[in-house]
Formats: sequence, structure tokens, C-alpha cells
Amino acid sequence: MKKVFATILLLTLNLLLISFSATAQTEQPEMADAMRSNGKIYVVVVICLIILFGLIGYVFRIDRKLTKLEKQQKD
Amino acid sequence: MHKSWWKIASVILLVYTIVGGFLMDVPRLFILNESIRNLYFHVSMWFAMMILFGVSLVYSIKYLSKQQYKHDIYASAYAGTGTFLGLLGYATGAVWANYTWVTDQGQSLSNILKEPKLLGAGIAILIYCAYFVLRGSFTDMDKKARVTAVYNIFAFVMLFPTIWIIPRLVGSLHPGAPGSDSGNPALNFNDIDSRLRMVFYPAVIGWTLLAVWITTLKIRTRLLADKSLL
Repeated sequence: MKKVFATILLLTLNLLLISFSATAQTEQPEMADAMRSNGKIYVVVVICLIILFGLIGYVFRIDRKLTKLEKQQKD
Repeated sequence: MHKSWWKIASVILLVYTIVGGFLMDVPRLFILNESIRNLYFHVSMWFAMMILFGVSLVYSIKYLSKQQYKHDIYASAYAGTGTFLGLLGYATGAVWANYTWVTDQGQSLSNILKEPKLLGAGIAILIYCAYFVLRGSFTDMDKKARVTAVYNIFAFVMLFPTIWIIPRLVGSLHPGAPGSDSGNPALNFNDIDSRLRMVFYPAVIGWTLLAVWITTLKIRTRLLADKSLL
């Protein structure tokens, strides 16, 4: 009797293990985790920020020039 | 710099868009993978475009009711920036689709050419291009302002079937269409993950404010140049 129990227990454990490993193997979508772990993503962020600040600085300068022109015209 | 608080808000929101957009957590999805972050840039372009076209429509109606030349300048400047954003949206979409539809899903060219979203958006942008062709073809200023204001209303109304209704009715590869079975999150507000919303909404506001800022510069230049006419 004990032997039967033991085999049933082992079998169920086995099945559980198999199902666990099966779920572990289901494919996860691939992400750029390497870029995150080695920090290269910060390089991308910095470069995009430089471009953004460059563009905004340019718009800002045009804005200031226009304000000056508007003031000149008023006088 | 006058009335600058919203310009500062635009800069802050755009910095948040880039920092949060690249560094914050996004849902892991098949096919899209890391490219889901394009949501903060590609989709924001279209949203900003629609908002600017809406503003342009309001000024066209204002022109028709009050006949003030400055409203014509406003309407054309907003439509111009809106069209430009639409072209940016189209170009970014082309690159994105190249990697998610062609490379990953192996879609054929004929399938992509049949895309209702691409066709609809293309038609909408062409209608706005025709607005500028029309503007260029008048010599009489009042006639130009009046006729193009009416055309602008037509152009905005055409956005309804071309980009808001038809692409929602027919199957498409594009996220958000019925029958898009690619496992993508749709641009269906019930589906967008809350992690994406945290950056997406600020991104839309930030890009729109920047577009408005650029438009106000165009308007102020025109107002300065046409001072004698006002």
C-alpha cells in the first residue's frame, strides 16, 4: 500500500515539475533587456535630449527675435 | 517671450516624454517588442495634428463670421503645422510598419498597400495639401480668404470618414482595427496599458504645445509682414 502511495506521489510531483518547466519555457516577447542592463539606453536618452534641447533652443531664439521685431515696430 | 508658462510646460513635458518614454516599464508584447515606445512619438504626432486641424477649423469659421484678415492667417498657419505633423506621422509609421509588418509578419506589399489606415491618412493629408494649392491660386486676398475658409471646413469634415470612421470599420494590420490579430494592443483606449498612458497623455500635450508654439511664431511673422493690410 505504501509503495503505491509513494509511486502516485512521485508521479504527481513529476507531472507538476513537467508542467512547471513547460510554463517556464513558453516564449516571452523579446525586449531590449541587454541595453537596459548595460546602461546603453541612457546614451540614447541623452542623445535624444540633446536634439530636443537644440530644437527648443532654436525655436526660443526665433521667438525672442520676433518679440524684438514686434517691439521695434510698435515704437 | 510672451505668455511663456505653456512654453515651459511644453519643454518639461517633452523632457519627461523622452526620459520616461525610454526608461519606464512597458508591457512585453509579441511583434511590437520594444518598439511599443513609438506610441509616445508616432501616435502623438497624429493627435497633435488633429488638435491643430481643429484649431484651424475654428479660425476659419471665425473668419467667415467676422471677416477679419488675421483669422485667415491663423487658420492657414495652424493647417500648415498640422499637415507637417501629419507627414511626420506618416513617415514614422512607414518605418515602424517596415519592421513590424514586413520583417516580423512577412506581410506582402499588396497587403500593405490595401491598408485602410494608410489610405485614409494619405487621402486626408492630400486634401490638406490641396488647401495650400488653392490658397496659392488666388490673387484677390478677400476671395482667397473666403473660399479657402470654406474649403478648410470641408477638409476637416473629410477627416471624419478618412481617419476616424472607415479605418475603424474594416480589418487592418494597424493596432486598433477590428480583426487585427497580431497580438498588438490597439489604439483602443480600453486596451492601452496604464503604464503606457502615464507617458502617452503627457506626450500628446507636450508635442501639441510645441506645435502650437511653432505655429504662433509663423503667425507673428505673417502679422509683422502684413502689418499694412491689417
